[in-house]
Order: sequence, then structure tokens, then C-alpha cells
Amino acid sequence: MNALSRGQLGPGVLAVVLGLFLVVFLVVPVAKVIYVAFQDPNTGALTLVNFADFFKTSLFQESFINSLYVAAMSVVLSSIFALPLAYFTTRFNFGGSVIIQTLGIVPLIMPPFVGAVAMALLFGSNGSVNLLLDEWMGFTIPFMEGLNGVIFVESVHYFPFILINLSAALANIDRSMEESAQNLGSSGFRLFRRIVFPLAMPGYIAGASLVFLKVFDDLGTPLLLNINNMLAPQAYLRITSIGISDPMGYVISVILVACSLLALWTSFLAMKGKDYATVQKGGGGLSKRELRGWERVACYTVIIVILLLVLSPHIGLTLLSFGTVWSFSVLPDAFTWAHYATVFETSMQYVNNTLLYAGLAALIDVIFATAIAYIVWRTQLAWRQWLDYAAMGAVAIPGVVIGIGYLRTFYDFNVPFIDKPLATWWVIIVVALAIRRLPYALRACVAALQQVSEALEEAAENLGATKSRTVRRIVVPLMTGGILAGFITSFATASVELSATIMLVSAESDAPLAYGIYEFMQSASGRGPGAALGIIAVVIVGVATYLSHLFIERRREAHAPEIAVPAGA
Amino acid sequence: MSSTYKSKALGVAIEDITLSFGMTPVLKSVNLTIEPGEFFTFLGPSGSGKSTLLRLIAGFGPAPSSGRVLIGDRDVTHLAPWDRNVGLVFQNYALWPHMTVRKNVAFGLEEHKVPAQEIRERVDAALDLVGLLDLAQRRPSQLSGGQQQRVALARTVVVEPQVLLLDEPLSNLDANLRVQMRREIHDLQRKLGLTTIFVTHDQEEANTVSDRMAVLDDGVIQQVGSPMSLYDEPVNRFVASFLGTANLVDGRVEKTEDGTHFLANDAIRIPVAVAELQPGAHAVALFRPQSLLIREADAPAAQSSARLEGKVVHREFLGSLIRYAVAVGDHTLLVDDSHQTGRECFDMQERVSLHLDRAQVRVLPG
Repeated sequence: MNALSRGQLGPGVLAVVLGLFLVVFLVVPVAKVIYVAFQDPNTGALTLVNFADFFKTSLFQESFINSLYVAAMSVVLSSIFALPLAYFTTRFNFGGSVIIQTLGIVPLIMPPFVGAVAMALLFGSNGSVNLLLDEWMGFTIPFMEGLNGVIFVESVHYFPFILINLSAALANIDRSMEESAQNLGSSGFRLFRRIVFPLAMPGYIAGASLVFLKVFDDLGTPLLLNINNMLAPQAYLRITSIGISDPMGYVISVILVACSLLALWTSFLAMKGKDYATVQKGGGGLSKRELRGWERVACYTVIIVILLLVLSPHIGLTLLSFGTVWSFSVLPDAFTWAHYATVFETSMQYVNNTLLYAGLAALIDVIFATAIAYIVWRTQLAWRQWLDYAAMGAVAIPGVVIGIGYLRTFYDFNVPFIDKPLATWWVIIVVALAIRRLPYALRACVAALQQVSEALEEAAENLGATKSRTVRRIVVPLMTGGILAGFITSFATASVELSATIMLVSAESDAPLAYGIYEFMQSASGRGPGAALGIIAVVIVGVATYLSHLFIERRREAHAPEIAVPAGA
Repeated sequence: MSSTYKSKALGVAIEDITLSFGMTPVLKSVNLTIEPGEFFTFLGPSGSGKSTLLRLIAGFGPAPSSGRVLIGDRDVTHLAPWDRNVGLVFQNYALWPHMTVRKNVAFGLEEHKVPAQEIRERVDAALDLVGLLDLAQRRPSQLSGGQQQRVALARTVVVEPQVLLLDEPLSNLDANLRVQMRREIHDLQRKLGLTTIFVTHDQEEANTVSDRMAVLDDGVIQQVGSPMSLYDEPVNRFVASFLGTANLVDGRVEKTEDGTHFLANDAIRIPVAVAELQPGAHAVALFRPQSLLIREADAPAAQSSARLEGKVVHREFLGSLIRYAVAVGDHTLLVDDSHQTGRECFDMQERVSLHLDRAQVRVLPG
């Protein structure tokens, strides 16, 4: 027992430090928000009166319904985009997998709010598409009218979540499942309904609940499209216009958290005990066949239309960033570099801040995630699972809620030496980003750690390396790919995150890119530079993603074939 | 290298070790003494606790709830793995994929703070010993299974461990390579004179390399001895049937004026030379398939042999021999008859006689 307890001292101290960080910057702020929501604003007593007020106010009723409607419709529209693509690529032999892989990173490299303005210019009532439709066909389609706009923008961005999950589920179906059904006399639609569909369902539900969650919590898109009668914008507006003592912001936060938890729980139930992929081993995926002539045409038409839709924010943003005036016309009147010049002259602090904040946040994330993964999976510390639960808990907390929680909790706490509230110090933005992205980094690091066979660690210990030496020389080097993937995911998503930062930015000079884009996009004259800034953000994230991809691929070629030592034989 | 070992080979003593995984007992009061320089094998089916016992010696897995492990005179029961200096070769070799062969082998010496010059020399010597000096700059993924196995061996012996532990090191190799590697391991052990413990579930492997071996089942040591003594004189049913194929017949011992006999039903009556068993006691007769001679039904019994009558119910051609299943009364006995080209074999349902020399029968308490 001596050997065991001696080896636990280091991890024990580390676990306490990590636990404290999570308690102070995640548990306490969220608990504070929930507590205030149930507190009478005048007396401080616990009460449900705030919730009663919320549901009595027609604006909030409307916002609540609108948020549910937008999230649900986004799931529907995303499914319409994703289902055909997933089916084509798993059922037919054609080069769809590349497209799927590419689409997978679209939501990562550009959040919906960045493209929202560009989408309005392309699909709005006076946008390029409707101008063309009106001219050639004599009618227009209200893509961007009111809530439609939010639904459309969100779906275009988030449908890859459904596509990826559903494709993975379909690809994991053992071919013998389908063949044994055929062998027993089932075919065509009955085969699909009774075998393929139920087996793929968990993957679809997982993707759909993720889309619901993302859309329900999103603040940037409705704000930019000037749709204020939804929950997240209402929470933001209450806090920024009335102040952090107004209880409605907190009530809305509690409702946002509750709905997030519900969506996650649904996805958990869908996946629970239904990991069909690991039950069977053997030929993967449905049996594929070649496309016939007309099918090929139909397939590619659908794919190209969807691809154009997915790329439309990027196309629109590029046009906007180079265009002089773009109004009531299919394309901008003329093209110019002026917007980029403006950005480089006046707004480089946004870029620098973003690189600093997202870089620091991602660094914190991978260090913490590696430590938590090791503690949870490789030590016997009591309560160690709670570190995992707490870190993953951030998934369910919308950015708005983190922002409100930090303002409320840390406004009274002055940072020593600089004498200003912690809530308005730029470091708090880094902490918020780190907490929000920690779950993703943690999953990447846990996956990487699980790839490292424990025998590799035992071999090092057997040859005289202590636990800490083993971690440094064996575990971390072998996790490098996963850690890097975690870093890039955290960095990429943190550098374009808006919902928590928009509440925590206290001075223009501290603001990151996403905030800068938001500021520019507020005015018609700022759209050009805003779009240029958006393009810069996309380029930064895209380059980072591509570099990490290259690095991981090169490492894989070097030695990956047996990182996972084959079990048994 | 070899001389350093022979002078200081240490024995291993396992004293009354009991160990559980949570609520499941895995080792139950295990006692064993392994002599210095001995090639010792833990043999048993999967789940018998043999790997757990080996890993316990290396310091891995849960701590035992009682008992202790001694290497030489040193109690290592509560030492950390890195303080024990026992070399463990893993079933899957556990070569670090991010290091070259040379770096893998040098790792242990680096951890022991050996000077760089000496590391280079000792790594060269170890790689030379396993014949892989030319491949020192390769990565593990660029090696074949047998080469990986040799790197794992070199990596372990280079630190001059006090004891060498081998955890099913041959199970990932194909059949031909397995035979070759077990010879190499055996030669290496002889050359180094290193106390070695080998874990396997393959009795042929155990037989060919071991000086002595312990048969484990269900966390309990069933029997310890040389391979031949365990095969010829198993103490119980489990050891008898785990080591090779055995006919095990339930019955009782009877003493009459014409000597001691083993009786099962009416069909089997075998003269035996056992004194220790009480007449009338329940007993199990054990004899190997190759000890039974199969002859025509009317062949006479030879001196000191029992003669049994039965009929062939099953026949398998195994190449070097033909294995018959012969129904004798209620019992079905396996009989191995060596195969020669052109020799005729018995047909299904044919009546035959079986002849069994009393010296080949072992009677165990039932």
C-alpha cells in the first residue's frame, strides 16, 4: 500500500488545484446565477416570483416560444440538408467522403453570426438570390424574414453535426446486419425501416440534439440579424441595458441551462446502451453500389446545391469584404482593398487580442485536460470522476450564462495591484474561453490517453522510471497528436466565440475579433471592414486547423501503426 | 554480461500471497520458491491468476491483502515497480512507438543515470546479443513480430534485472516463429544464467523450456514440479487433463487375493499397484491414450496387462497417429495408435480389445 499512496501525492495535489479552478470559475458562477434567479430582488428571500413574472410577460412568452421554434425548425432544416448527403455517401460509391470531411469543419471555422450579414445580402428580400428570382421568375422567397433568417443561417452552419454523426452511425452498421435481413427475406423500404433506420437512429438523435442545443443558446446570430425576441438576446439585453441586478436575465439563464440539459439528456438516452458499432466486428457500412446514370445526375445536383448553400456565407463574406457598395444589386458595384486597409490600420488589436486570448485559453485547456484525463483514467484517487463531470458540465452552460455569472460573481472582487474588478479584467475573458472549451479539449485528451496502452507505461516503470518520469517521457509524447487536436479545436472555437465574451469585454482595447466583427456589423458603413475582419478570422482558424492536420498526419505516418498495442492476439 | 549474472542470480519466494480484484479473489494463499538461475513457468488456463502473480512480482496490479514477495533476501512486497529491478517482458512487447529501437533499449539505462558512453556500449551489446544491431535506428512499427520480441528482450536484459519475467511472450507470434523464439529465449536464459519466470497457457511451450513449473487453476497452485513429473504423476484431475489428453475413469479400489484392482462398473477391471488407497474408497484411474494398445477383439492379454473389450465409436486421423474413441461399458476411452503408411485401421463399430500395462495406470483419490 505504501507504494500506491506515495504515488498518489502528486496527482492528489494536482486534482485539488484543478478542482478549485473548476469550482471557482464554473460551479460558483453558475450556482450564483441559479440562486439569484430564485431570489426576491427586494428582500433577498427565496421565491418563485421571478419565474411567475417571466411567464406573465408577453415579450418573454414570445421569446421562449420563438427560441423553441427556431431551435426545432433548425433541426428540421438541418436534417433536410444532412439526410440525403449521409445516405448518398454511405449507400453509393462516389467521392462523397471528402465532402463530408470538409463540411465537418465548417461550423468550426466560422460561427454563424459572422456569416449572418453576408447571408442577409445574398438571401434577404433585396438580396442577390431574390433579385434574380424576381427578375427571371417573378416571385421571391422570404429566406431571411424574421425568424426564418435565424433558422436558415443556423441550419446552414450546424447541419454538419447531424451529417457527421449520422454518417458515422451508418458507416458503423455491420454489413452482415443488412445481409442477414436480406437473407431472411427483407428488402427495399422494409429493410430500411426495420434494420437500417433503427440502427442509425442514435447517431441521428445525438447530432440533432447538438444542433438544438447550439441554436437554442446562440446569441450572436439573432443579435446581428436584429431579432431580439428570443431568449439569449433577451438575457443579454436585460443585463446590458437594465443592469446586473435585474432578475430576468438570471431567470432566462436558468431556462437556457435547463433546456441545454434536456437536449444533452435526450442525446445521452439515445446513445445509452446503443453503441451498436462495438457489438459487431467485421465488414463496416451498408453494401454500396454504383450510381446509375440519372441517379448520378440527381446526386450531384443535390450535393452541389447543398455545397453552395454551405459556402454561401463564405462567398457572401468575401464579396462583402471586397465590395464598395452592395445594395439592391446581385453583386457589389465595384471591388476594393480599402476595407482590409481600414482593418489593418485601425483594428489590428482585435486580431492580436484574439491570438492572445484564444492561445492562452487553448493552452490552459490542453494542460488541464491532460492532467484531468490522467487523474481520472490512470490513478485510483477517490472522487476523481467528479473532475471529469465538472469539466464536462461546461457543455451544458450557454456562454451567456457564463458571462452573467462572471459579472455577478467577480464584479466585487478587485484584482490586487491593478485595482479593478476581476470581471472587467481581460484575463477573465481568457478564463471564460478556457472553461467553455475545456470539455472539447478533455474529450480529445481522454481519447488520446486511451490510445496509449497501459503496458507502455508499465514497461517504463519496470525499467526504473517513476510515475512522473513515465508521464513526461512516455504518456505525453504519445498523446501529442490528441493534445494538439484538442489545442486546435479549443483555439479555433475560442477565437470566434461571442456569447460569453460580448458580456465580459469592458474596453474596446481588450476586445477580441468576434466582438470587433459584431461592432463593425452594427452599422452599414462598418460592414465592409467587418467582413474583412471576418475573413481574417476564417483565415486564422483555417490555417491553424490545416497546420495541425498536417502535423498529425505526419506523426501518424511516422509511427502510429501500433500506438494502440493490439490487445490479445 | 553473462558472467555478472551467474555469480549473483537470486531466487524468488512467494509467501502466502492472497489477492483480490475488488470482491473477486484472484490468488488464494499462494506459496512458491523459485531457485536462483532457474527457468520456472506458471502454467494455467486464462483466469487462473498466473499473469496476476507475475505482475505482482513486478509490482503491478492491486496490492496483496496478505503475504509477501521476496527477491533474494529483500522484501519487495510494498516497493514501487521502478524500485524493484525485475525485468518484465510484456505480452504485446509494449515497445514505445515514438522511440527508435536504440532509444527503447537505452531508456532503462537513462532512467538509472548510467553515463552516456556506457549506455552506448551496453545497448550495442544487448542488441548484438539478440542479433538486431543493424536495426537500431528503426522504429518498432518497421519491425516484424519476432524482431519486436527481440527488442523487448534486449530492452529488459540490458538493465541487468535480478529476475526476468516473461508474460506470454510468444502468444502473438505465428506457430513457426514461436518454436524458434522459445529456443532463443531458452538459450538467452542459459547464457545469462538469469532467474526467469515464464507465464503461458500452452503446455507444450512450458514443457520445452522449463526446469520446473507450477500449474495454477482458480488462483490456487495445483502442483509444482518438473514437466515430466507433472505429466506422469499429476496429483489431481485438473493437472492430469490440463497437461495433455487423459482418460479419467471414476470407480473404486478393491483388494482381493489376486491383488489390488481398480473397478469401474462391470466393464473395467484394472490391476494396480497402489497401497495408500483404502479398499472400497472412491478413486479415479488415469491413463494416457498412448498407453492403451488397440488390437483385434480376440487378441489375448499380455502379462501384467489389463484387457478391456469395447467397440470403436469415433475415429480421427491426426497425421502421426490415429485417435480412436472406444466405448467400454458406459465409458468412452481415447486410444492413440501410431500411424504407419499402409497399416490398416479399425472401422467404426468394430469390436476391439484394449490392452493396458498396469505401470501406466495412476490412481488418484476421487
